[in-house]
Amino acid sequence: MSKAKTVGDLKPGENGTICCFKDDHLSLKLLDMGCLPGTSVEMKFSAPLGDPICIDVEGYNLLLRKAEAHTISLVE
Amino acid sequence: MSTKQRKRIALVGNPNSGKSSLFNQLTGLNQKIGNFPGVTVDKKSGISVLLNGEKVEIIDLPGTYSIYPKSNDETVVANILLNKENALFPDILVVVVDASNLKRNLLLFTQMKDLGLPVILALNMVDMADRIGVGYDLELLEKELGALVISTNARVGEGIDELKKALENQVMVSGGSFFDVTELAKDQITDYLKEHPEDTAYWALQQLTSEGKLEENDSVQAKDTTLRYGKINRLVKQVEVKKEAIGLKPYSEKIDKILTHKIWGYVIFLSVLFVIFQAIFAWASWPMDLIDIVFSELSAWLSTNLPAGIFTDLLAKGLVPGIGGVLIFIPQIAILFAFISLLEESGYMARVVFLMDKIMRKFGLNGKSVVPLISGVACAIPAIMATRTIENWKERMITIFVTPLMSCSARLPVYTILIALVIPDEYVLGVFNMQGLVLLSLYLLGFIAVLISAYILKKLMKTTERSFLIMELPTYKTPRWKNVGLTILEKVKTFSFEAGKIIIAVSIVLWVLATYGPGDNIANAEANVKATLVGTNYTEAELNDKVASYKLENSYVAKLGKAIEPAIKPLGFNWKVGIALVTSFAAREVFVGTMSTIYSIESADGDVNTIKARMGSEINPETGQLYFTLPVGLSLMVFYVFAMQCISTLAITYRETKGWKWPILQTIYMSGLAYVLSLLTFNLFS
Repeated sequence: MSKAKTVGDLKPGENGTICCFKDDHLSLKLLDMGCLPGTSVEMKFSAPLGDPICIDVEGYNLLLRKAEAHTISLVE
Repeated sequence: MSTKQRKRIALVGNPNSGKSSLFNQLTGLNQKIGNFPGVTVDKKSGISVLLNGEKVEIIDLPGTYSIYPKSNDETVVANILLNKENALFPDILVVVVDASNLKRNLLLFTQMKDLGLPVILALNMVDMADRIGVGYDLELLEKELGALVISTNARVGEGIDELKKALENQVMVSGGSFFDVTELAKDQITDYLKEHPEDTAYWALQQLTSEGKLEENDSVQAKDTTLRYGKINRLVKQVEVKKEAIGLKPYSEKIDKILTHKIWGYVIFLSVLFVIFQAIFAWASWPMDLIDIVFSELSAWLSTNLPAGIFTDLLAKGLVPGIGGVLIFIPQIAILFAFISLLEESGYMARVVFLMDKIMRKFGLNGKSVVPLISGVACAIPAIMATRTIENWKERMITIFVTPLMSCSARLPVYTILIALVIPDEYVLGVFNMQGLVLLSLYLLGFIAVLISAYILKKLMKTTERSFLIMELPTYKTPRWKNVGLTILEKVKTFSFEAGKIIIAVSIVLWVLATYGPGDNIANAEANVKATLVGTNYTEAELNDKVASYKLENSYVAKLGKAIEPAIKPLGFNWKVGIALVTSFAAREVFVGTMSTIYSIESADGDVNTIKARMGSEINPETGQLYFTLPVGLSLMVFYVFAMQCISTLAITYRETKGWKWPILQTIYMSGLAYVLSLLTFNLFS
């Protein structure tokens, strides 16, 4: 059983396209910030302790915690 | 002209859209800080003079990404803009939009437009957009959005006159909705509009949402945002004009490679903290000394030059030192906020959160808690004011609550004298000075208490606001000195007026208690002291010292000291220490001054060695031994590490949490901790 890849699984430099959200409450905040299904995101770098991470969303940098990044599923 | 007739203009926009710069450009020094009713969010407002001489009121609303609130700050915006009866409901709404990130910023703008509010779009930071090679067809944008678009660069003041010109006229609400939401909740919206035909469909949707009348609130919100963004994407493609990039992004990313590096990132951050800490400690000391001298001279001058009497005493010994006690904090506040404002303006603060979030989160704190905690070593007052940058309510309350446990500079004189008194000036293992080790342990003790207390609070506090960290990492920018200056001014004003009045009031009460006493002992002090000295030789100065000491020992404060003696006896304290505990409730460093008065040391000669010698020779009447033994000294030191002996901290916690609940809890907790741990220390070493 393969679990769907999430934004939290991306390595620095990797791209992915958002498919859907696992957490309804957080999804509303993420939508406000422009993370929409179909949007392409790029993992930029993570903090020295591995958390939080910085991703590129349509040309701007978004900071979020690893746990939050794991609620964003990617298109296979 | 009264305020009511003035046109009210509100600024709204995403965080980092340059809204504050625009506010500063429009209002300059005509700003004032108040409260939004009932919430712990600051309200910045000001007066702007338009080109035709008309004066208008400008309100800077908190930064928000959407009309659907996700935090306390955002709720304030929704409450004002979704209620036409609200006293702050604007005549014109200026939506500040970051041109280098038009897509995300247009979400808020189109929401505002669709609410039927009279909007103007200030397309800000056009220079940033230029640098990444993006331009826009403004005419087309205006036509598509159905609103006036004004291009600005608020950091350098471009476009401000054009905006002011536009504000002279009434803004007409024109055109239909950008995105029609009727289909999302058709029946309810149609019903609402039948009753309120003047409103828009989006207004109806928001009213239904905020009243909780929609069955699938969250899913409607998700659909609205998703579909709206879809339309915005198409619009932005239409109006975008590609130009040659000057290449700002790679430059920002190169800096990030160093500033968030796993080693250099922390080294640089620690160095920044060290510089701030040094600055508050060292640079603030000379203006503080100056304020101290000016006010004690003024007090002395008033005492000698005004006719003797109760009013002169109140003025010279109560009010003037009280005001001095407020002003003394201003250098530290100004310096700390100069740095914080620089960190915020440049974009570095977001990197601090990035670096520290994981560590601080374990203790219920936030990446941004680091700056207040370190500043707390200098003074808790500016430190607590600095927690304003923490958006999450719970994390901010925890930070405010634990910050006074960091050993501040006012504790240092108390530690110094007690260490000199009971800790031998010897070396352990040949290299470590005992006195230095004890001093270091006291600072560490405070820091450990911060972490443990924060952890306990994290477990205890219930909140409906979920802790999440989803924030923009802004690109680096050169700070604007005007914004830094205005921030300093704002913080100093807030402290002086809001915390200042409480500090002055309590200082006066304490002065009354220390100056007056029951019966006529104080009135006859000189005669009574002289009677005890009959047959001995004494100088005028010695007599004055003895009289001052006698007066204090017969004052209401002494009564309090004696009254609490049974309670503090288990800690090893006598009533004389009790007096100092009461008087130093105003500020810890008063402990040294009170001790010198009690031990009849001429106030002009407040030399630590003299005080030390007098205190050191105090005999305990019960044991016949010296009073200030190691257990007593250590117990007293531990007491000062934890006790909330600072009304200024209380006043600022009151001001920052906008209520008495937190300052009272803080006092009970810290005093309780101080009592228990002193008791433990005293018994452990006895």
